[in-house]
Amino acid sequence: MDLSMYPHALAMSAKEFIEWSTNVMDDLVRATGVKKALDKVSDPLMNWGVRNSMYPLHFGIACCALEMAACSGPRFDNERLGLVFRSSPRQCDVLLVNGWVTKKLRPGLRRLYEEMPEPKWVIAMGECAISGGPWYDSYNVVQGVDEFIPVDVYIPGCPPRPEALIDGFLKLHLKIKGQGIGKFMED
Amino acid sequence: MSESTNYTVEQVKSRIAEAFPTAVKFVKKEKPRRLFMTADKGSLFELCKLLKDQLGFEHCSLVCGVDRIDRFQCVYHISSIANKIVAEIVVDLPKDKPEIDSVTPLWEGANWHERETYDMFGFIFVGHPKLERILLPEDVTFFPLRKDFQVGGI
Ligand code: SF4
Repeated sequence: MDLSMYPHALAMSAKEFIEWSTNVMDDLVRATGVKKALDKVSDPLMNWGVRNSMYPLHFGIACCALEMAACSGPRFDNERLGLVFRSSPRQCDVLLVNGWVTKKLRPGLRRLYEEMPEPKWVIAMGECAISGGPWYDSYNVVQGVDEFIPVDVYIPGCPPRPEALIDGFLKLHLKIKGQGIGKFMED
Repeated sequence: MSESTNYTVEQVKSRIAEAFPTAVKFVKKEKPRRLFMTADKGSLFELCKLLKDQLGFEHCSLVCGVDRIDRFQCVYHISSIANKIVAEIVVDLPKDKPEIDSVTPLWEGANWHERETYDMFGFIFVGHPKLERILLPEDVTFFPLRKDFQVGGI
């Protein structure tokens, strides 16, 4: 804790004072163990909230999108897991790439990814999104989305069944659990 | 609507044979409400004009290419919703200079069909308002549906 400035607190500019007091608070919270205690509460709470309200982007590219549609229908009903398909990337947590990505789509998809707010994850669904699939030697298909977007979960299959898609989201739950995104302050 | 609603396939055939005695040949293929013909590339535009303005063919359903190794073919499906007839026109194009008149001035809907055909086969549609790549990125230098294009050769 930097107490050297302490007696001069009244002579500081507003900006200096804010910086100084923030540091004091920070150090105090860390030193007294309050941060640890708060983390114990906020981390699981936030994590639970994020896991149970993952909003994938409603962006169907190819035939795998039909499985995505089946998954959101009444039989598989992904809303019971908190997966609600949203139409705007600004409201989404998960980019679900379901189908082949042509070279013309590549910049657009990258832009959609950049438009999503943090924290965000990417799921590659189907052979095409993973590695090009049946279009492994095509002149116009990007050989896997992980060439230009970091992918968290791969769901293999051509197409994967809706159960597999749900399983992929559950795998993403495990990943989020380990990420500690609900920490009270930066470590 | 003009009197064009009542043409039968036979009437359309005779009108075309009257206007283009040599340039247009009918293919011996019988199907109800279908009309098959081959045309010279020079007379294609005039033929389409006749079909549209006088015979009531108001819709261009398809333009596509075929690579026959020794020559190219450009295929048009022109349909008449009023007469309930679909006319198929096949035009032979030479391999070294595949140029043909655009039918976009007649049917606006042919615009993207012709662009796609250019994209895949490299046919030059003379008079097309915007002959550019449509499905492939702009910097591509090959025409993928030609037979001499090697799959996986990129
Ligand atoms: S993986 Fe199979 S089902 Fe999925 S988009 Fe590719 S071809 Fe279609």
